[in-house]
Amino acid sequence: MENIIEIKDVEMHFNMCKEKIDNLKEYFIKIAKRQLMYEDFIALDKVNLEVQRGEVLGIIGYNGSGKSTILKVISGILKPTKGIVKVNGTIAPLIELGAGFDLDLTARENIYLNGSVLGFSKKMMQDCFDDIVEFSELKDFLDIPMKNYSSGMVARIGFAVATMVKTDILIVDEILSVGDFLFQQKCENRINNLMAGGTTVIIVSHTLDQIRRLCSKVLWLDKGKVKMLGDTNTVCDAYEGNLK
Amino acid sequence: MLEANFQTLKRYRYLLSNLIVKDIKLKYRRSILGILWSVLNPLLMMIVISAVFSNIFKFQVENFPLYYLTGSTLFNFMSESTNLAMMSILNSRELIKKIYIPKYIFPIEKCLFGFVNFLFSLIAVVVMFIVFGYPLHLTSLLFFIPAIYTLIFSMGLGMVLSALGVFFRDVIHLYSVVVVAWNYFTPIVYPYEILGEKMKMFMQINPMYYFVSYFRDVTMYNTVPGVKIDLICIAFSVGTLIFGLWFFKKTQDRFILYV
Repeated sequence: MENIIEIKDVEMHFNMCKEKIDNLKEYFIKIAKRQLMYEDFIALDKVNLEVQRGEVLGIIGYNGSGKSTILKVISGILKPTKGIVKVNGTIAPLIELGAGFDLDLTARENIYLNGSVLGFSKKMMQDCFDDIVEFSELKDFLDIPMKNYSSGMVARIGFAVATMVKTDILIVDEILSVGDFLFQQKCENRINNLMAGGTTVIIVSHTLDQIRRLCSKVLWLDKGKVKMLGDTNTVCDAYEGNLK
Repeated sequence: MLEANFQTLKRYRYLLSNLIVKDIKLKYRRSILGILWSVLNPLLMMIVISAVFSNIFKFQVENFPLYYLTGSTLFNFMSESTNLAMMSILNSRELIKKIYIPKYIFPIEKCLFGFVNFLFSLIAVVVMFIVFGYPLHLTSLLFFIPAIYTLIFSMGLGMVLSALGVFFRDVIHLYSVVVVAWNYFTPIVYPYEILGEKMKMFMQINPMYYFVSYFRDVTMYNTVPGVKIDLICIAFSVGTLIFGLWFFKKTQDRFILYV
């Protein structure tokens, strides 16, 4: 099988400045006083990972273990300090639903805007506009500004747009916890459909049930290091054992 | 590599056009006169400035209101574009943190949005030419040449400002002063001839001086500046753009840590 994502020895360092300096005066004063001290924070430490086409990878770990950082590195938002990231395909990042919505615009306008933010063409959006509306079940609210929407409604639109056009890789960060129970099920069904169609999925979740249900492989991160990588049940059992 | 950049630009041109449309819609949403403000605004300013200054420059400048209007329209295009571009990265921080988009899209988009606004305010210029009974020369059709120079220049400057603004917020305050000063250093409310020798020398390094004079030459004075002026304009605009691209590319990977 062909690797769709290859991560080799990736390290992500952040300069944690003791205080955030964002104006010139302080910057020069600190330089003059040689006080510009940084604390090196390692968010990811020599992470190696290979994901094959069609796999569903779950990422688990405690808060601050680097889960979101690795998603951002994969989707190209962050450039790793060291190491190589190779991605052979298009990515739909669902790191936060509704990124790129302008709440002053109506839902109709936002659907097109969000689609273009994700890099879809005009034709693609026109073709699947009706499907998106139908999936989100918000047909009656299409022409009101989205600032009047509830957060659940915003999430519905966001999920519908991001999953409507088939991409090679889908990145899902804790989003299955939004919306009501019925909509959550609908989202899970859609992810299952995408997986059946050969889309590679990466899921971050604290709900181990969800991970067990959906994933074919699990990565356990701990303080930026790979603690365990392998078969879903083995890793999940070990993680649960560690919690107790 | 240039080809790869071009490919991404092609892929994201739908985003580019969507963002411009969004900006236009939001700018005028819930204002009764809507887009008409792009026309009214320069006209109202022209009335105020002419009322104050036209008596002073009565003998040096023919048709002072038109002289002011042509100069200020082009200058405002530059100042609006660069100001919006400067804030563009900071204002899209939410997006930049969540989705990968080539970041240069944001300052470029703001400059193109400024260009669209400029085209609307040209309506005001044409209306005033007709109101004052000033002849519309055939050379006026060349108005787009200095406009394009200004656009390219603004893109370059906008990219530098947007990157600097991320790291040092002081730049934002500083630039608002710079633009006002720059406005007075460019012959917009006064004629070039009243300047002293030193100031005339100084004008040689002010790109806006060249763009504004070019714009007035073709719209008001029925003349086409020579090739030499074109070369100077190209050097200023393309040079600034290349520097802007280089500077932006060099710093863009660190944006996310500061926005």
